[in-house]
Amino acid sequence: MIPLSHYLIVSAILFGIGTTGVLVRRNLITILLSIEIMLNAVNLTFIAFGRQLGSVDGQIIVFFVMTVAAAEAAVGLAIVIGLFRHRESLNPDAFASLKW
Amino acid sequence: MMDTPFNAVVPMLCVVFAALAVMMAEAFRGRDEQMALGGLGIVGLVGAAVSSMLLWNRNASSFGVIVADNFGLFVTMTLVIVGVLTIMFSSVVVRRDGLPAGEYYALVLFAVVGMIMMATANDLLVIFIALEILSLAVYVLTGIRRDDPRATEAAFKYFLLGAFSSAFFLYGIAFTYGVSGSTRLDRIGAFLAAQSMSDSPLILVAIGMLLVGFAFKISAVPFHMWTPDAYEGAPAVVTGFMSTGVKAAAFAAFTRVFLSAFEPFSVDWAPMIWILAVATMILGTVVGVAQTNVKRMLAYSSIAHGGYLLVGLIAANDVGKAAILFYLLAYAVTNVAAFGVIALLGTRDAANDELRDFSGLWHGRPALAALMTVCLLSLGGLPPTAGFIGKWYIFSAAVSAGYYGLAIIGVLTSVVSVFFYLRVVVMMYMEERDPGLAAPAHVGGVGMVALVASIVVIFYLGVLPTRVLDLAAESISTIF
Repeated sequence: MIPLSHYLIVSAILFGIGTTGVLVRRNLITILLSIEIMLNAVNLTFIAFGRQLGSVDGQIIVFFVMTVAAAEAAVGLAIVIGLFRHRESLNPDAFASLKW
Repeated sequence: MMDTPFNAVVPMLCVVFAALAVMMAEAFRGRDEQMALGGLGIVGLVGAAVSSMLLWNRNASSFGVIVADNFGLFVTMTLVIVGVLTIMFSSVVVRRDGLPAGEYYALVLFAVVGMIMMATANDLLVIFIALEILSLAVYVLTGIRRDDPRATEAAFKYFLLGAFSSAFFLYGIAFTYGVSGSTRLDRIGAFLAAQSMSDSPLILVAIGMLLVGFAFKISAVPFHMWTPDAYEGAPAVVTGFMSTGVKAAAFAAFTRVFLSAFEPFSVDWAPMIWILAVATMILGTVVGVAQTNVKRMLAYSSIAHGGYLLVGLIAANDVGKAAILFYLLAYAVTNVAAFGVIALLGTRDAANDELRDFSGLWHGRPALAALMTVCLLSLGGLPPTAGFIGKWYIFSAAVSAGYYGLAIIGVLTSVVSVFFYLRVVVMMYMEERDPGLAAPAHVGGVGMVALVASIVVIFYLGVLPTRVLDLAAESISTIF
């Protein structure tokens, strides 16, 4: 059986990749995807802990998180489309009419 | 009232039904038919207020995850007041700016539902879901003027950092769940108290992550970067709503999580919050001084006010806890009214939120200038307004808990903050109106009623605070 720590390390790495993506990448869609990676890293953590604790709660929570992530993606993409209509660009550096 | 498991969610249900009714009404509305959708929302909010009064002192609990204890109900009442005032200001703005009324009011109401849920949630997962309900609604409200590139940009920045921070928050929940085996706050608290300082590194990571998540939502420095941009870009009435409602709800959950579940680890988190509070108070005030846009200035002021609330959280004695509730109420009413004035002064094409737009306002619109002055004095914490009593109790709580440094920094920063509030007042009364500027917009009807009502509340809380303070103290004593 794979020990808990392996799952936790993998999910920590995924979370790190997502965080780095948000901070470093210069494309709005990639940034949104990086946030999804972060949320999925958390899902992995929940499932690993749920299995370790022998409770089904962890897996149920994941369903809630997936729902929230879907809603978030819908709103996020809608805002990105709105932005693109104004600026014709997906580079966040182009959006500086408000002081960042 | 019968005791059913649904009692505690009744206030939320009232608002949910109002929101659904608004959506249905919008769907069946004729092309040019006028409908009082805002009034429908106010009916729902009044229902929530009445049901919270009936639930007072009953400690109702729904399924163990939503608890309508007095603490949650007090915040619910605050949120209802914010919601009603927002809808009243909005009714002017929606018509003037041609915003889609159905979507707008439905989103405001759904955001209020999320806020009430967050204030009464007793489970980390429910807090997360409530956070998302209110955030998603507010992201859209920020960018509701799709023709305005600045609003869209503000919405995106808010969305990006909000989603980023909620991932951290969720990661914190995952670790808490892993360590304690539950997401229920009472069980986490019991588990951690029984363990007493075995110092698992995971729980410290969890506390840190949750702290980051909350700090983003209450815009504590250094997690405040989104605040000025989002507040400046959003329509003023939405800014008033999110700078008070979101902050009150997030603070309620913050207080509940850290003072009940993580109370055994207060030695570990109190220093972290101490640093956050000091940085927040100082940066919010100092950068606020340099602003020339009134909305942006009030954004920094609201950051600083978050710092004062954090002081109350650190000084978690009885006075401090009651002071948080009182301060939230006082700040919420004052800030909604201040942004309401800005919203009422705007026109469809110009926001009129620069400092010079306020010059000579006294000569053109004496009533608005006087009302704005009261709001600004209350934000600055001058007697006899609500803000003064709120600050007084926060700082006296800090002193009685032995945090002299915090109290001194708090008093000093509020003295500095008076400078930038008074600058607007000086502008309104002592400057002549710039002849190049258009005459200030005419304000009438509902907006004015809402303003006068909030001024009455500000003075009531400032002159006769005892009753509300007693209520706050009573409601906080029931849970912690």
